Amino acid sequence: MAVVFERPKSLIDVATHYCPGCTHGIVHRIICEVIDEMGIEGDTIGICPVGCSVMAYDYFNCDMIEAPHGRAPAVATGVKRTNPDKFVFTYQGDGDLAAIGTAETVHSATRGENIVVVFINNTIYGMTGGQMAPTTIPGQVTQTTPFGRDPQLAGYPVRVCEMLSTLTGTALAQRVAVDTVPHIREAKAAIRKAFENQKAKKGFSIVEVLSTCPTNWGLTPTEAIKRLQDEMIPYYPLGVYKDITAEEGNK
Amino acid sequence: MERNLMKGNEALAEAAIRAGCKCFFGYPITPQTELAAYMAKRMHKAGGVFLQAESEIAAINMVLGAASTGVRAMTSSSSPGISLKGEGISYLAGSDLPAVIINVQRGGPGLGGIQPSQADYWQATKALGHGDFHILVYAPASVQEMVDMVVKAFDTADKYRMPAMILADGLLGQMMEPVEFPEIIENSADKSGWAANGHGNKREHHIINSLYLQADLLEDKVVERFRRYETVKADETDAELYLTDDCDILLTAYGATARVVKSAVNSAREQGIKAGMFRPKTLWPFPVKELNKACETASCILDVEMSMGQMIDDVKLAINCSKPVHFYGRTGGVIPTPAEILEEIKKVGGAK
Repeated sequence: MAVVFERPKSLIDVATHYCPGCTHGIVHRIICEVIDEMGIEGDTIGICPVGCSVMAYDYFNCDMIEAPHGRAPAVATGVKRTNPDKFVFTYQGDGDLAAIGTAETVHSATRGENIVVVFINNTIYGMTGGQMAPTTIPGQVTQTTPFGRDPQLAGYPVRVCEMLSTLTGTALAQRVAVDTVPHIREAKAAIRKAFENQKAKKGFSIVEVLSTCPTNWGLTPTEAIKRLQDEMIPYYPLGVYKDITAEEGNK
Repeated sequence: MERNLMKGNEALAEAAIRAGCKCFFGYPITPQTELAAYMAKRMHKAGGVFLQAESEIAAINMVLGAASTGVRAMTSSSSPGISLKGEGISYLAGSDLPAVIINVQRGGPGLGGIQPSQADYWQATKALGHGDFHILVYAPASVQEMVDMVVKAFDTADKYRMPAMILADGLLGQMMEPVEFPEIIENSADKSGWAANGHGNKREHHIINSLYLQADLLEDKVVERFRRYETVKADETDAELYLTDDCDILLTAYGATARVVKSAVNSAREQGIKAGMFRPKTLWPFPVKELNKACETASCILDVEMSMGQMIDDVKLAINCSKPVHFYGRTGGVIPTPAEILEEIKKVGGAK
């Protein structure tokens, strides 16, 4: 019988520790599909963040490094600069990338580090139990914004792709979501483009993935997908914020 | 061999390149900036990587990334910058990664000053970051020793898979002396058993990591590391013993301070006082055996530092407080003079 669907080779065949309904599994899978399709598992080094995906090194079959909180782009810089022919990607959540690691994110982008950053935005700190993230939406209730995020007290969210698209060193800044099959296909195409950019030495590519956290949002998995669609996508519009390959094509 | 007149900071950089260091990540801070400037000029020609990071934190994490792939990597800073690197150093130690960190110490705490100091002894030897760990700490007292110890630090760090620090100070960093360099050494340590540099579909994937959520697994890991430290303590200590065979009073000092102390010891000898000096070249592991040998004939010890007294703790511990240990120190960037130290020698019981 013909096999029409199977686990990507670069995704290790173990049960993950992620909660039911969490979208990390989908994003892991599409990264691994891209790695398999490009045939680069043996030449890829992944960098894990601190957060729910801290143990992603147990799921990706390429060589993996676990970075201090927020420092994955700096670790990736050290790897890539000394191993320019290898593929390097970071996998980071919103607290890791857009709060404690903001400096590392911005400066690796502006240097045009030839790396791929996969940025999981679920508007909350998951691992520590649901505190306000830099991307928590105004009004959103979290453990540390129990009355809803009040911008007068807690400031405004960071729109990462918009911010990084202003930097010359950024090659690709694209926001995608993994709530529907068409969106998942778009997300995979964006991640593929990011890895192709690295292969072509184009510079810094970030793919922001709008994701869910049913556990800390206090929603069922289906309700969580609905919140992503109804509340997150309007605040964080999907789309390509910068793509130098498209700009090159237009010239 | 050719001798070059060189500034300490530049000699540290050239020595690292000769030791097979393939990348340097740094951030400007006085009084070590010449090191980074030298690397910026020289590293590319040597086929390596120089990168000015956006912060000390980023720089040490770039070192972590490069070291994870098995490459010899280095960063340098001065006291306030080393505090920022503490997080990364703890992760390096917790991930069993070799790397070299230079601290050209200045006065503290806080922003402190930019004059020479030895006030980071505790930080370097006891608590460079959170958690149970040690790093190798070398204390040069001349520009030539800066060169020799950088080479030694890379080799020893690789041998035990742990970070190593050169604990210098602003005086040594800015000082010029003639030095000889070794030929360029290719990194020969075999790191293929653990380096995360792409498995090439030829082996299992490697994971560089310091996270162990299961308490007993983390305990095992730390205990294994401390067993390695016991070997380091037994095999890697180094010290200079100067006129200690018959000394009545033993002075203990390291780094630039030891140069001043040596002058004071010589003056004391001229005046008939049997003074000697013990100078640890490794601060961790501390040369316990060597110190006990050095103070065999002494009735007391005078510890001299450019701090309020930090190494003195290790001196007392090493001899189990079996003799009186006195202290003389200047801090904040003030360098003690031989005359001040000689006065102190006479005061604490060296005068006959």
